[in-house]
Amino acid sequence: MEEQKTALYNYHKNLGAKFVSFAGYEMPIQYKDGIVKEHISTRSYAGFFDVSHMGQFFLEGDKTLTDALEKIIPADLRSLKLNHSKYSFLLNNEGGIIDDLIITKTSKGFCIILNAACKDNDVKQIEKFLKKDHKYFLNNDLSLIALQGPKAVEILEKLVPGVSNLKFMTGDNFKFDNEDLYITRSGYTGEDGFEISIPNIKVEKLISFLKENKVNAVGLGARDTLRLEAGLCLYGHDLNEKINPIEANLKWAIAKRRREEGGFNGWEKIKKLIENGSEKKRVGILPEGRIIARENTKIFSESGEEIGLITSGTFGPSVNAPVAMGYIYTKHAEIGTKVHLEIRGKKHGGKVSELPFFKKSYVK
Amino acid sequence: MSEKKFSKKHEWVSLDGDTATVGITKHATEMLGDIVFVEVPEPGKSVEKDGQAAVVESTKAASDVYSPVSGEILEGNKSIVDDPGNVNSDPEGVSWFFKIKVKDKSEFDTLMNKADYDKFCAENPS
Repeated sequence: MEEQKTALYNYHKNLGAKFVSFAGYEMPIQYKDGIVKEHISTRSYAGFFDVSHMGQFFLEGDKTLTDALEKIIPADLRSLKLNHSKYSFLLNNEGGIIDDLIITKTSKGFCIILNAACKDNDVKQIEKFLKKDHKYFLNNDLSLIALQGPKAVEILEKLVPGVSNLKFMTGDNFKFDNEDLYITRSGYTGEDGFEISIPNIKVEKLISFLKENKVNAVGLGARDTLRLEAGLCLYGHDLNEKINPIEANLKWAIAKRRREEGGFNGWEKIKKLIENGSEKKRVGILPEGRIIARENTKIFSESGEEIGLITSGTFGPSVNAPVAMGYIYTKHAEIGTKVHLEIRGKKHGGKVSELPFFKKSYVK
Repeated sequence: MSEKKFSKKHEWVSLDGDTATVGITKHATEMLGDIVFVEVPEPGKSVEKDGQAAVVESTKAASDVYSPVSGEILEGNKSIVDDPGNVNSDPEGVSWFFKIKVKDKSEFDTLMNKADYDKFCAENPS
């Protein structure tokens, strides 16, 4: 299959982007400045990310649509207010995570932002629960731009007045150059910022404005270091179909009403895990010194027993130290527990750490 | 100090008597991106030609650094261990990786000169 490109592909190319193949898309991993500078400038000023490879899945329907979606998504969709968003997931019958997502209540139904690598399968999984009169479509005519960082609000307010009134995890419709935009105050870097859903034909105009305001493009490389410092999961690495939300330490994303009432895929199993605890658990891991514990690094106890596996690991430019997360047997998961990490055949010290590594600055 | 020679694995070597200084090329650092971790060999370690001798990690990935010549390690450069970013800023100068006592100087002679290396890089983009 031919690699897909986002509407901004040529724009990235002109900025000197290095591309990688990601989820069937040719995506910029970094630009000329490199990952560390892109990361730091996002945290100190602002950066924009082309995340148009992600699925923008729109669903339309009445109350029966809400009921259908609640069978596969454990969020409280019935009480989700218009233009409010929740982080949640699609669950399989075993309570495993098919994908993690952001779902927003729209006037006609819902919009779900899906991971690029999962989106086609996600639609098939959701489809199983839908009724004939529910409408749904992945909108490929829209780009998705994340604008993240402490200056994001000030800059975007100049172009789209009113966005500064949005609170974290809410959104609204706006006008830009006679086109409709949907903007949410959200993101995946731990910074304040926005995700802007915009027609492909207008996206270059938006980006030109951001560039004029000294906002630089940030690639997938820095997106990864930013989200890992913020303790956020990357699907396919920290989450997959064999991992359930309790192990993943994401119980908070299962609404209280849903935990009690159930009625969603995998509820019986998840209920038991909530009551009895899970055998393993997602934790932060801080390696000693500067050595990086990358994905698939084995974790050992101090007594030499293999107790877990790293699922994401990199060097955190803002923390100025290596950071990682992984799964570890719950009895070893207490914060501060010393562990050994096997890197290139040698054991290195490390410890179980709190998440996030870098404090989030959301505007709530 | 001799002229610099280059390996296909993007190391540079310069020779002074029977002591070789080895580092990674500017081209290598451009491919790697921001370097955030370096591991250099301990003195006394013996290394074979094209054997793994050091490690360099960027934000993207870990890579081995090979020794383009056989011999015994005399010294690893601790300053790049403490400040790996220096490898990006001066890869072919102060940010050498290790010095090695060369066993067989003919190994050095078989390496590429600058013009051949530049041509090699142009023909093998990655």
